[in-house]
This record gives sequence, C-alpha cells and structure tokens, in this order.
Amino acid sequence: MQRLKQRYRYSVILLKELVRTDFKLRYQGSVLGYAWSLLKPMLLFVILYVVFVKFLKVGDGVPHFPVYLLLGIVMWNFFNEMTMQSTTAIVGRGDLIRKIRIPRWTIIVSSSLAALINLGLNLVVVAIFMAVNRVGLLDTLPLILLALVEVYLFALGISLVLSALYVKFRDVSYIWEVILQAGFYFTPILYPLSTITNVTLQKLIMINPIAQAIQGARHAAITHTASTTASVFGGGYYQFIPLAIIAMVLVGGLLYFKSQARYFAENI
Amino acid sequence: MDDIAIKVEHVSKTFKLPHERTGSIKNAVINFARHKKGYENQRVLKDISFEIKKSEFFGIVGRNGSGKSTLLKLLAGIYTPDGGNIQVNGKLTPFIELGVGFNPELTGRENVFLNGALLGFNRKEMLAMYDDIVEFAELRKFMDQRLKNYSSGMQVRLAFSIAIRAESPILLLDEVLAVGDEAFQRKCFDYFAKLKGDKKTVVLVTHDMDSVQRFCNRAMYIEKGKIMYIGNTREAARAYEKANISAGESIPIPAPDDSTQKSTEGVELNVSLKNQSNKQSSVFYPGDKLVFDIDIASKIDIRDAVISMEIQQTDGLKVYRVATEDPNESLGAIKKGIHKRIHLEIDNIFAENTYHINVFMRSIDRSTDYIWKPGVNSFRVIVDTFRGKWSLRPPYTMRIDSAKGK
Repeated sequence: MQRLKQRYRYSVILLKELVRTDFKLRYQGSVLGYAWSLLKPMLLFVILYVVFVKFLKVGDGVPHFPVYLLLGIVMWNFFNEMTMQSTTAIVGRGDLIRKIRIPRWTIIVSSSLAALINLGLNLVVVAIFMAVNRVGLLDTLPLILLALVEVYLFALGISLVLSALYVKFRDVSYIWEVILQAGFYFTPILYPLSTITNVTLQKLIMINPIAQAIQGARHAAITHTASTTASVFGGGYYQFIPLAIIAMVLVGGLLYFKSQARYFAENI
Repeated sequence: MDDIAIKVEHVSKTFKLPHERTGSIKNAVINFARHKKGYENQRVLKDISFEIKKSEFFGIVGRNGSGKSTLLKLLAGIYTPDGGNIQVNGKLTPFIELGVGFNPELTGRENVFLNGALLGFNRKEMLAMYDDIVEFAELRKFMDQRLKNYSSGMQVRLAFSIAIRAESPILLLDEVLAVGDEAFQRKCFDYFAKLKGDKKTVVLVTHDMDSVQRFCNRAMYIEKGKIMYIGNTREAARAYEKANISAGESIPIPAPDDSTQKSTEGVELNVSLKNQSNKQSSVFYPGDKLVFDIDIASKIDIRDAVISMEIQQTDGLKVYRVATEDPNESLGAIKKGIHKRIHLEIDNIFAENTYHINVFMRSIDRSTDYIWKPGVNSFRVIVDTFRGKWSLRPPYTMRIDSAKGK
C-alpha cells in the first residue's frame, strides 16, 4: 500500500492540480460562472420537455416522466461532455506533453473528473426534481451507482481511443460529434422504449451500453416500469452484451492509448 | 553502474515530417491509395552513446538543429528512442524548460502551485516554500495578478524561483540562460554553483561557451545528430566555435541601437573587416591581424574631414579609438564622386569578447557632424588559452627562473 502510494504520488498531485486548474479556467470571464454547467442541461431539458412532453405528448403513461427525461438527459450530457472534452484533451495540453514527462493518462482522467464534478452537481438537481415530483424512494436506488460507473467506464474507454486518434487526425472530433448527435436519437432518452414496437429494434437499441445504463438508472431510481436490457432480452446471455462492449472498449482503449502515448510529444 | 547517472547506448531518433501539416483522415486515405508516404523521415540522432557520471556537470553544445534538444527530451523521457537504450539511474526532474505549464489566465500564485505540482510537490509542501519562492522572485506585490499581465522578465523570474526548488538528484536544463537579463544570469550562475556544491548531476544544453567552460566537468559537441567530440570542455567549446565559423555563420552579435545613427545626404561611410589572409571574417584568434577598410563616398564636396573609428565592447566600454587626426595622416579634401579608402591593420591584441565598431566623420573644426554610424560592423575574439574575459591581453614574455637556495 505504501509502495502503491509512492508510485502514484506524482500522478495524484498532478491530477488534483490539473482538475483544480480546469475548474478555475472553465467559466472564467463568464458572469454566471459555474451556474452554466447546470443551466446547459436544464435549458435542454426545458426545451425537450415543452416540445416532446407538452406538445407531442411523448411519455404519456410513464410515471414521473419529467424526472425520467431529466435523468436521461443528465446522463447523456455527461457522456457527451466527457468524450468531447477528452478528445481534444491531449492536444490541448500539448504544451505540457512536449516539455515534461508526465503520465499521459492523468490528462484524460483529469478531464473526466471535471465532467464527473458536473455530473454530481446535475444529479443534485435531479434529486431535487425527484423530491418535488414525489418520486417514491425505491429500494433499488443504490443500483443507480452501477449504471453511472458503467457510463463512466464506457466514456473513459472511448475517450482514450479518441484522444489518441485526435493527435494524428483532427477530423476525429467532428466525426465523433456527428456520431453523438445520431446517438442521442438512437438512445431512448426522449422517448420511452415502449414506443418502439418492433422487438428486434428494441433489442438493437438496448445493446448500446449508454441505453442500457440510462434505462437501468431509471429503473433503479424512478420507476420499475422502465424497461431494461434484461427485460428486453428476457434474460439469457444476450443481456450482457452491453457490459461486454464496455469491457472491450475500455481494454482496447487502454491498450491503444498506451501504445500511442509514447509518441504524443512528437506527433502533436 | 553505481557511479553512472545516465547511460545512453546506440540511441537513434527519427521524426516523421508530414508533407502537409493538416493531419486529416482524407489526406491519410489519399496518400494510402496513391502508395505515397504522407511524410518524410528525418534522422535527428544517429547512434548516440555516452555516459554521464553521478554528480557530474555535463554540457551539451551544438548548433541549432543539431539534435541536442531532442537528445535532452529523450533523456527526460518525453520522446521515445527508435533504437537503442537509455538508462537513468536515479530520479530525474521531469521538465527541461522554465515555466512549463504556466497559464496566462491564472494568477501568479495559482501558477506557482501548478508549476510546483509538475515538479512533484503537493499543496502542503508548496505552501511551506511559497513565501521563499515569492521572495526570491521579488514579486510579492504581483502574486494575485494574472500571469498575462506580467512582463516576460517577471515570468522568467517566477519560473526560475520555482524551478530551483527541484530536489531530484539529476537535472536537465535546456537553454535556461538564453532568457533573462544580466541580473537573472547572475542568479543562474549562483544556482549552477549551488548545484555543483550539492553534487547534483546536471545536464546543461546551452549556446554559452563561457558557462560550459566555467561549470561543466565534461562537455559533448554534437553536429547533425552525431557526437563530434566528447570530453574536455575547452575542446568542446573550441569545436563548437570552429564549426560555427566554418559554416560561414557568424556568431550572432547584438547590434547597438540604430536610432543614434546620423547621416548627411550623399555621404557614405562603411567599414569592412578582413583577416590577414584577406578574407572577410568576424572571428579572430590570437596572432591574427584585424584588417579594416573604411570606404568613403560622397556626392558633395567636403573640404576637410576627420574619420574616427572606435572599438567598443558589448557592455559599452570603448577600448580603442583611431582617427585621421595626425597631419601626416590627413584625409584631405573629398571631392564629389571620388571614393576614398582607408586601409588599417591592427594586431589582434584584443581580449576574448565581442566588439562593435563605431565610425564617424566630422569636420576638422568639429562644427559639423557629417555621419555617425555606431555598430557599423562587429567582430568577436576567441582566446582559448585563457579562461574568462579579461579586459586586456597585451603581448608578453614570461620567463621562469629557478635557483638553488643557500
């Protein structure tokens, strides 16, 4: 334990300072400052709520649909923010990488921690909404943590790949942005899964680890009527596909990042 | 291996230089389809091997683009060598430049902590040394201002004050002397002396041959990615300066301010400088002759004028003056359209330094300044049998007598 502490002492010191700096710099010069990290998802929520829930009556019949929607948006937003920011993180810290030998992964982890802090703040708002909406406390509530860990690990794996690719190909950030836009609609965030009647399509949608995590979180925290990957597949080994994808992306990301990290300094 | 701090064996490094620095996937695909490499290979270091002993002050010298900074980055672990092996025995300061990671948007204080973290100090340790750092940088009043409002000198001072806190036994320093004024250089030299006293292993990359000779135990001269010389500091410095001259590249000499120039229309005055073999030169060794040709051209008639030439050190001290004042060296009248040339030979008895040449012409009664050209040319004297810059180097004879005592 002592040795482990010694080994990662430098990384930990560095991480703390990098996160602190990121946090200080992020909203510098803006009047509302950190409030923006809450306002952004809230505004998106308001728009989607008005358009889809009030006008289009999506989600009728789903208990506590506004909270249900908000939780989905907050989780998606976290995934979106973390992967987008991490993609440019290595290049963005090029001044450091070209001049100092620091563990490269600390840069990705520090940008992920910044996104995690925002997620934490947003979840507080979700909790307030839950209380206002009188969502009953479910005994499965702690399981939401598992869903969040899943999103984090999946985002981390993707971030590692994208940030390393971005060093060589600057197109990566645009491509990823497009994929995210498509992903937003391919993931049951706005609409309850039950609106999709085709079972095969339902299964296809629920293979996506983000869909699985969001539905899992809704199921755990808001309403047991939310269908999960397990319920869509009706048990069986297939329900573990999303977890397998996460594991593959994470391991693949780590390996790719590690193989590329040695050449970051010269390729940036 | 016990007394070796850094061991470099057959290290090579090649960079891929892309033809188009766009780095887009489109280009990659096109190049792949055309069986074309989108880059060119540039070998920066070729089969480099050397050792640095513990508590050695080791200099690396070489011209720009010789690969010395790449080598330092390889030692620091920033780059990975293509081939060969680098062993570092002991902890090494991970950075090689001053003020790495400084963020202009953060305050001086925040930057101190950030920079300290890069050196491996946590908040508590930084708090303990914070006051000393600020004191040393002489920036107490400015610590809560953003770094972007600092002058470059202030930034360097702050960076240096933090950098000298590095405690690792091996330090890599890249061109630290290139920045900052004279007071800063003095601080640097004090720091070097302290490092030497503390028996630290230091690798110093620099253009300043004086500091190499003053501080380093050994030095290495590299050229085009190869070690040309390794060993004695004086030899390394000499090799470096020789290569600079033979490459036809004069040592960069800062010219004095142009704004003091004065001229009369139609009057031209120029000084060219050659050595005894009648070749243009700006570097002179002991035993050389300095051969000046002062050219005067005028489009107006000048009845009588005096030309003076001064030789001035870079620090401003004027060490020599010669003029056409003597009646039998009189310039005589300058007729319109007639060129005159003053040929002047001086033995190189100058001490090691850089010198500027000022030249001016005025009327004999000193009532009119026709032309005044400070820094019209400059030259450098290298005296490698002496160490340091003494002001005088008169020719001398020395005899050593021994006699039996009673």
